[in-house]
Amino acid sequence: MRLETDVLIVGAGGAGMYAALEAAASGASVILADRSLIGRGGATVMAMMTVSAAIGAQCPDHWEHHLADTLAAGYGLCDEGLSAILCEDAPKRILEMDAWKVGWAREDGHIKQAHAPGHDRPRCVYVDFLRTGPAVSKTLRHQLQNKSSIRRIGDLMIVDIAIEDGVACGATAIHLGTGEPVTIAAKAVVVATGGLTRLYRRNSGSFNMGGDGYALALRAGAELVDMEFVQFFPIGHLAPRLVGLDPIMWDPFRYKLGGILLNGEMQEFEQRYAVDSGRNDGKYVLTRDLATYAIMKEVEAGRGSPSGGAYLSFKHVPEAELRRAFGPVIDTLAKSGIDLTHNPIEVAPIAHYHMGGVKVNAAFESTVPNLFASGEAVGGANGANRLSGNAITEALVFGARAGRSAAAAARATNGRSTAQAFAPALDLLRRRKLSASVNPAALIGELQQIMMEKVGPFRTETTLDAAIAELDRLTRAIGNDPLSDGAPFDSVLLDWLDLRNMVAVAKSVAIAAHARRESRGSHQREDFPSLDPAWQFNQIVRWDDGKIELSRSAATKKAQELAGAPA
Amino acid sequence: MTATLIIQRGSPKAQRHIERFDVPFVPGQTVLDGLRFIRSQIDPTLAFRFSCINANACKECMMLIDDTIAYACTTRLRDGEMKLAPLPKKALVNDLVTEIAPPDERLNPSTKR
Repeated sequence: MRLETDVLIVGAGGAGMYAALEAAASGASVILADRSLIGRGGATVMAMMTVSAAIGAQCPDHWEHHLADTLAAGYGLCDEGLSAILCEDAPKRILEMDAWKVGWAREDGHIKQAHAPGHDRPRCVYVDFLRTGPAVSKTLRHQLQNKSSIRRIGDLMIVDIAIEDGVACGATAIHLGTGEPVTIAAKAVVVATGGLTRLYRRNSGSFNMGGDGYALALRAGAELVDMEFVQFFPIGHLAPRLVGLDPIMWDPFRYKLGGILLNGEMQEFEQRYAVDSGRNDGKYVLTRDLATYAIMKEVEAGRGSPSGGAYLSFKHVPEAELRRAFGPVIDTLAKSGIDLTHNPIEVAPIAHYHMGGVKVNAAFESTVPNLFASGEAVGGANGANRLSGNAITEALVFGARAGRSAAAAARATNGRSTAQAFAPALDLLRRRKLSASVNPAALIGELQQIMMEKVGPFRTETTLDAAIAELDRLTRAIGNDPLSDGAPFDSVLLDWLDLRNMVAVAKSVAIAAHARRESRGSHQREDFPSLDPAWQFNQIVRWDDGKIELSRSAATKKAQELAGAPA
Repeated sequence: MTATLIIQRGSPKAQRHIERFDVPFVPGQTVLDGLRFIRSQIDPTLAFRFSCINANACKECMMLIDDTIAYACTTRLRDGEMKLAPLPKKALVNDLVTEIAPPDERLNPSTKR
């Protein structure tokens, strides 16, 4: 099948839906494609927490204060132009969402803003109780209804971006329901596929967040930036099995109610690490990165909880207070057999967000003309560590910006795609072969284990060398021809295509992490435990005929002034 | 503990049939966990939809579990037999996958139901 549009948007989470709305508002015809259902997959719908924007409803604020906090969190590596766009546009998007009746929590007649860690004042809006992401998704899905210039297509997995003379001109996809290849001629393409949390066994994202967009952009010839910076969330839910809630939900409760971390011997341990490091933000005993470190060290020393993490206990909090803080969530917990008055739960660091991604200019265009990125797929705005609350904000802000830019690029472009641009991906799909020799779903499990153990929150040269070797082994194991079971909704082919993307992205992370011989923000090297000012620059990843090529880019102007990039 | 998942398989073009899979589990694990175990450890061709993994956010894993419509991600595995089948009133795609997208969000909007 052959489709045509002005703007193709890959991924229908928060960033993709916003991009579609803005591109259509700019007069473009849009195809909004998602491998799952529209507005159901990705990270936005999973997000239960807060959204940062200097709307000044709770107390006076200015986007420049938000920017200062964002840059401070980023450890000197933020692309300040992108960070500024994020913070300056945030109030517009938040108020637009409010006008669209998303239902931001209110207090005394104004939108309520919470004071999240890392912010200098209350700045984060949310929807009660833990409904932020679902409410955002639902609101955007509603806005998409009846927009005649936007065609929404689910179950459509993009295999590769089509390139003609170095310019993006559409994409080749596979329709999961029928297995039919679909070519989409587009004057501009927006990658809005979110992050890469699925690369890790323990993660807080959706199944479809395997870094598809990074792989698509890489193979299209675009540059990726900051790929070594994967954000881990220290106290992700581990056990008992929790159903129906975001695994990162414990943080605000720990913060509000003073939840206590205990090791497998039911002993408090935070203080020990706080004393050792002397770092303390005055609210938590430990900052997020130190909490991650402390939990992993306790597990390593044989003092982990039974499932390999730490206990988080609220037993000291009176039941009425728990009920007040958790609201209806306490009933959802009860359905999972969790009674906080009697038993601690187990928590562990989990992959949560990716700071790295597609390198873009101020128009959100990648280094490949007419190929744009938005949301978490964009790298650079958050530097080496993301400020809490900035993820949904960037989905909305970058989505809107990329949608508008893509529409403008489409207006300035004559359709130039020829059959040749789609040929490589069509040829790949034609080569699919029925085979039971390899189980790609099992290999995905192996990849997740490798990344968790060797390219996780704490890395060393030894673990990274081993990870790169094992990823090379997986590359060889999947081969060059797709595996298939020949049936509709071909799970073998889907897993193979996912693995093809995941291996490429995992290697980008591992190789960039291997090169960066320092610890900064979310990238922690046990063999180089300190921040090194000489490393204040960003690393760029490119794809060269199947090989990952790493180079250095000067960081922001300001960073260069502070410390020149070493040769 | 072991759950025996009795799964209705097949597509409109292929013969429908029943297959049984024994799935080891610890209490608290869900039917979706069991299906993912089968896919990665026993039979990579088993088709089912899921996205958010046990957060009950995406609503994709709806199916017939012991003759009742339920989400695989919120239904717990239990010792003994459990019957899984695709949604009865939606067009079958393959195995446990049915056409659940709204008609205007499909590649071929004319597909029935």
